[in-house]
Amino acid sequence: MALADALPVLSDLDLASGASRRALGDGRWHFSHGPIDLIIGADGDPAQIHEALSSVWSRFTNILPELVSELAVLRRPVVTKGRAPVQGVVAHRMWLACLPWLPTFLTPMAAVAGAVADELITHFSRSGIRRAYINNGGDIALHLSAGSSYCVGLFSDLARYQGPGFALDGDFTIHDQMPIRGIATSGWRGRSHSLGIADSVTAFAATAAGADVAATMIANQVNADHPAIVRAPAASLKDDTDLGDRLVTVDVGPLPAGVLAQSLDSGATLASRAIADGLVCGAVLWLQGQARVLGLQAFNPMLPHGASTSAA
Amino acid sequence: MAEHTKVDHSMDNLDSITPVVLDKSKPRNANMAVNKVECNACPVLCQITAGRTGACDRWGNVDGELTRIDPVVLMRRMPHQPHGSGTGAQGFDPAAAEAPSDTDGSANVDASPGGDDSLFVSGIASGTTYPDYKPAPFIVGSKANGVDMITVVTEGIFSYCSFKVKIDTDRYLGPEQSNIRHKGEIVGHVTTAEYGSQMLSLGGVHHLTGGSKKEGRITCDMMMALGNKQAVELSIDGGAQLVVQAGKAPIVDGKEEQRMRVGCGSAAIGIFAKQWFGHADEVLVLDDHITGVLTEHQAGRCLDIPPSGIRIKGRRSTPGRYFQVANPGNGWGGTDISDPLTIIEEFDPEVARPGLRLLVTSTTGEHAEYYELDDNLVPQRKDMPDALQKTVDRIGENCEPSLASVLFLAGAGGSLRAGVTENPVWLTNSIKQSLVNVTCGGAPAYIWAGGGITLMVDVTRMPDNSFGYVPTPAIVAPIEFSMALNDYQRLGGHMDCVRTLDDIVKTERHRIIDWVDHASPWPLAQKPMLG
Repeated sequence: MALADALPVLSDLDLASGASRRALGDGRWHFSHGPIDLIIGADGDPAQIHEALSSVWSRFTNILPELVSELAVLRRPVVTKGRAPVQGVVAHRMWLACLPWLPTFLTPMAAVAGAVADELITHFSRSGIRRAYINNGGDIALHLSAGSSYCVGLFSDLARYQGPGFALDGDFTIHDQMPIRGIATSGWRGRSHSLGIADSVTAFAATAAGADVAATMIANQVNADHPAIVRAPAASLKDDTDLGDRLVTVDVGPLPAGVLAQSLDSGATLASRAIADGLVCGAVLWLQGQARVLGLQAFNPMLPHGASTSAA
Repeated sequence: MAEHTKVDHSMDNLDSITPVVLDKSKPRNANMAVNKVECNACPVLCQITAGRTGACDRWGNVDGELTRIDPVVLMRRMPHQPHGSGTGAQGFDPAAAEAPSDTDGSANVDASPGGDDSLFVSGIASGTTYPDYKPAPFIVGSKANGVDMITVVTEGIFSYCSFKVKIDTDRYLGPEQSNIRHKGEIVGHVTTAEYGSQMLSLGGVHHLTGGSKKEGRITCDMMMALGNKQAVELSIDGGAQLVVQAGKAPIVDGKEEQRMRVGCGSAAIGIFAKQWFGHADEVLVLDDHITGVLTEHQAGRCLDIPPSGIRIKGRRSTPGRYFQVANPGNGWGGTDISDPLTIIEEFDPEVARPGLRLLVTSTTGEHAEYYELDDNLVPQRKDMPDALQKTVDRIGENCEPSLASVLFLAGAGGSLRAGVTENPVWLTNSIKQSLVNVTCGGAPAYIWAGGGITLMVDVTRMPDNSFGYVPTPAIVAPIEFSMALNDYQRLGGHMDCVRTLDDIVKTERHRIIDWVDHASPWPLAQKPMLG
């Protein structure tokens, strides 16, 4: 079977857990297990990448069962700064990412996507791998070796996406010298429900879990009262949601300029505080063609400054 | 009896095993509300209320049944798309150009160019309506060439289905009837070789449901990957290791196949004899199967080419055709030969003459040399004359790229017909009478002659990720039946369930993609491909 070993693994199904992975043909990989979908890319020595991917895969097959084993706790609000009520390593990452935001309501599930990405990206920290990313449904963890960088494209509204070549709303290069290894995006159009009305909030932080929580919290804060905003109790839309009967956004009609500005200001205020507290390095907020960019000019002077920007 | 990797139940009653489709997952928790289903697709084990989806948004509770849920795929005809037979030019219809509403926020593109007769509702992610007596998920009314058309759109759940794979190579892949494994499980076998290609038969009901659970899951996984145009690793018992992907070059024992040969050495002589005539006195076509010799070959005789006196190694089969001249290898044309003169024993001094012109070429034209005999009747390498170089180039031009092609074969003659009509045999008969066109994800399906609706479709003509599965395990594939409205009425169709395309665009979660294969005809007003 020496030959079979030499052939690249093109797809895999873990029979015990049901997790699967497959090569996408362009060098990227898709790992999938229940609600977790990862897109993984890496550059560097192929042998080292192969090793790292095998290592990620064997860890990946255990992650969902571990999380499920304490799902009930993870769906309850974080209430105390005391001893962590969770056991698993990923669950611990989730819980830690939530603590700085207390006493605002949130559950560790706000950080689940980012925490999974953080847990797995560690397997790429080996010599010979220049850089790597794990994109868990928009929440991205990065590995950057000395001198490497990633250019990240921002896209505020997936509903407008028209395929490759479609203009991005902005891009941003992350160098290894920057304290950013996590990027996350939240908004009412996404898969998770949002309490706010932002089309998208993208947060840049030291970890993907930190960015994940920050994006969620800032997106919740981009909010207003207006008849064009339709809300429904989370529990009426999804079984076993950690948001219970809280009202989540299901549709946002066109809003007047004043309401847009007020909503964005509200989100920007929270984002500025999070930057000052060192929770995030920066954030980009989008609402109906209006944007606020906070904290990123220090790294990229090309980005438009703090005040509102219009999408072309 | 079918062979299986491992059997975890008695084989005695194999024939009586009826594939069960869409098992409703059994509640494990006695406290679970009666209107919920527990999804067992992953460890989260969501308990899903009717009308909702689980944590992944992929599985949902549809009328108490666990169902895979994705937005239905609509296909948009391109402006230059060849029309179905007799379909006139399509005008822009501003009334239908309204952007679709998409309450679920899934990625969407504008449906506007061309109006509703430029959209086709595919079976991809259309879902099923089990039990089948219910009308199919989508029965769509639209127009083609001014005629009212109906497309009945559903996803078939196929236990009886397989993939036939054609691998363009003359390389020996393994003995006929050998088992083929994927991740150690037997998932198919090597079947009869065809000209220039090896054939595999993969999947099928006996591997899906007739063997162990593991064999069934691995088979299902392999079939879905193959249908979705992904690369699949296979190993043949007593033969080669393969990586096969629809529309891509096959990889045999770690080496990617490049070109098919133009034919065996004898066939090459048959094709090119006349083009060599007058430019060479002898031509050898080197091949690991049959090496051809022009002057001895029937083609040379017909042209009255005189004998050259060449004597070559190997076992003569019929005149001008030699077996076992060389072994397979990485030299000339897939042989182990690096110096072509090594296959020549001698030139008969009674027959051969100094100055005799000799061309040696491989069956792909990748290797070729030109020689002339010196006074001692020893071939001396010379520059290739232009006239001969042209024939060698032409051999190369005639070698097609080596590909793996994947055909999906399935029987749609079962209960899914009830989703179309109350009297299923009328559907079968209407297809045989060319009144109903059958497509899979818009791709034309060849319908075998004889009973039933046994269809065969090239997966590269279908959109990506057209195939799914149910945990039975069985393969889920899109299928569409298109016909004129009055024919649908006549065959006992569910007329009360016909919806307009406009209504579907406005009210259903959907995703619009571009028409995949420009060579595929627009399915409406098109006759089926009958066997």
